[in-house]
Amino acid sequence: MKRFLGFVKKEFLHIFRDYRTLIILFGIPAAQILIFGFAVSTDIKNAGVAILDLSKDEITQKLSDKIISSGFFKKTDNLLNYNDIDLVLKKGKTKAVIVFEEKFGSRLMKEGKASLSIIADGSEPNVATLVTNYTMAIVNDFNRELNGTAVNNSFLIQPEVKMFYNPNMKSHFMFVPGVITLILILICALMTSVTITREKEFGTMEVLLVSPLKPVQIILGKVTPYFLLSFINVILILIMSWLVFGLPVKGSIALLLLECMLYILMSLSLGILISTVSKTMQQAIFISFIGLMLPTILLSGFIFPIENMPKIYDYVSMVMPPRYFIIIIKSIMIKGTGFFFVWKETLILLFMTLLFIGISVKKFKVRLQ
Amino acid sequence: MLRNLKLDCSKNKGESRSAVKIPTEASGEKGKSRKMRTILYLIRKEFIQIFRNKFISKAIFGVPIIQMLILVPAVTFELKHVNLCIIDNDITSESRGLINKLEGSTFFKVSFSTWSEKEANNLLHRNKCNMIINIPSGFGKDIGSGKPSKLLVTVDAINASTAQLSWAYLNGVISDYNMNIITNNLNINLVTPLPRIQITNRYWYNELLNYKYYMLPGILVILVTAIGFLLAGLNMVREKEIGTIEQINVTPVRKYQFIIAKMVPFLLIGIIDLALGLIIGKLAFSVPFEGSVFVMFLGSTIFLIAVLGLALFISTFSGTQQQYMFVAFFFMIIFILMSGIFTPAESMPWWAQKFNIVNPVAYLMRINRMVMLKGSTIYDIGRDLYSLAVIAICFSAFAVRRYRKTA
Repeated sequence: MKRFLGFVKKEFLHIFRDYRTLIILFGIPAAQILIFGFAVSTDIKNAGVAILDLSKDEITQKLSDKIISSGFFKKTDNLLNYNDIDLVLKKGKTKAVIVFEEKFGSRLMKEGKASLSIIADGSEPNVATLVTNYTMAIVNDFNRELNGTAVNNSFLIQPEVKMFYNPNMKSHFMFVPGVITLILILICALMTSVTITREKEFGTMEVLLVSPLKPVQIILGKVTPYFLLSFINVILILIMSWLVFGLPVKGSIALLLLECMLYILMSLSLGILISTVSKTMQQAIFISFIGLMLPTILLSGFIFPIENMPKIYDYVSMVMPPRYFIIIIKSIMIKGTGFFFVWKETLILLFMTLLFIGISVKKFKVRLQ
Repeated sequence: MLRNLKLDCSKNKGESRSAVKIPTEASGEKGKSRKMRTILYLIRKEFIQIFRNKFISKAIFGVPIIQMLILVPAVTFELKHVNLCIIDNDITSESRGLINKLEGSTFFKVSFSTWSEKEANNLLHRNKCNMIINIPSGFGKDIGSGKPSKLLVTVDAINASTAQLSWAYLNGVISDYNMNIITNNLNINLVTPLPRIQITNRYWYNELLNYKYYMLPGILVILVTAIGFLLAGLNMVREKEIGTIEQINVTPVRKYQFIIAKMVPFLLIGIIDLALGLIIGKLAFSVPFEGSVFVMFLGSTIFLIAVLGLALFISTFSGTQQQYMFVAFFFMIIFILMSGIFTPAESMPWWAQKFNIVNPVAYLMRINRMVMLKGSTIYDIGRDLYSLAVIAICFSAFAVRRYRKTA
């Protein structure tokens, strides 16, 4: 035990000696949570829209004002003919063009119908759908105003909506849990995989191997300091998301912290596993950074809901630990549910942790070559 | 040129030291070609070092291919369907009619129906359903007698944009049903049609809103950036950490020569990765390529110089690979998530948009998508190319300036 504590102390000294890494270690999550909480959202604001008004009458003027003043859009251009559409869309600032047909106003009044087309830039499908949907909603609203209150009142079913969990529709309810998940797994896996391969690459591993420390002790000694540091990190992130975004932990904080510990442990053991298969630091960094980053962002449900993916990805993403942690953290933090709702995910994470540790202890080479 | 170099190298093995040694006052043609030759030697050294590691040499091409094949088809914002839980407290033909209408739409799927609100909330908690529709008792009676009736809808809004979209769809279905009731049941005379604006909409460049077309250029940019940014910097710091940089420092190799030699291999690797990615896009996902390949590669080359310059600049501040890795991680994640790859960049607050002025990933993101999908020409993206070039020059100049040959 004393030997083990001595080893842990050595690891701590290694970490604290490099104060710059330490600053970055605590600075990264803080900065990223702030940036993503404030900057990134999947909704649209100020999307560029150009108008091709072939009619130029009172009604088209009124309708286009209504569309532009809705807050979702920003007018980039007034076009003169159809050929301009391609030109402005190719420039990229304009996401959609709204076209009023000729004699729009007089047709609407005389024949009772006029047509308007929305030409959206499909190269950004998400923005294109949102712009189209919002414009349609505004035009429908205009239709209703036009028809007066007569028809409106005879609409019998009046749905009342309650936006559950997130009444103000803030996008950081989605991003804060996602960023925590992403940062924890990447940092933990990177840290452990690098410290072990570093010892290998510099030859100091040999010193450890000839010491009376058992492989398990070496691994645990490597993990313990990082476990503590990451745990402090989690607490900082939670405090920050509460202070800055007013995102409180609705469920039990103790349960959330326990789950975070499990997730950290899982990420650290993943790091160890990576280190046992890599010879150099570069290799370890390559696997844990480039190998993990994109799959974690894309296949965990962080930004893209897994339900929407093709069926097969429901199975592919099952091997991604972040997927389970995102469910856990959202349930506890935002929905405020208890352990009863997340026990399955917790068990899977626990199983993965044990699996990673098991493989790494087995693969851990006591001899160099 | 390279072949020449090889020959040269084997011939001069004995006197390779003199081959590297360049008289600083060398002038004219001879001096120029010697300077060039020094750079080529250094580049050769870098290549040997990179490809000596078997794993890295396979992974720099293998990982992007595998990740692209797996990840590109996965990503979509398109809502497949919304799972509904219905609480029908009414059970009349009117409420049945509404439920049938919802079931008939491709978008909604009635997954559960229950009488208990608690049970419904439970399903929402467990992510089994996304929306609860509560039809109050008396719904059918009210509507039958022409009185308005309420409908209580609860939406899981953790993902705000999905929630908004499904709510909009639901409204569409309900107002349709409303029209039905008005025209059928109540026999309102609608002989004179009300004035109505008809909306048609089209998506250009990507008629069917295929998300693969959108994601492929994005994922490709991320992979190319990650590999170049990470490995170039690590390579430099590794030399520092192991001490081999001292050996370079005592030679007359100029600073700019050394930096160029560190950049070129990763520039080539990046370009090859890009080409591989485009081939995969064409073969596996039949992503269209409307614009000119030349413009795309021109943009990517400038981009890579910017990214590699930044990587080498940062590496001069870091003493260990671990340190560099964390800084790189920090920049990469911010560059990527703020660039507009996954989320619209226009809806970010002004300070975030200002940040994108120095974010090379944001430029290449736009350039790639515009050239590939819209066929934008060099005139359309001229401004972006120009700004990217300025960034590339600045970062590279910083890297050369910051690099100290003295310890």
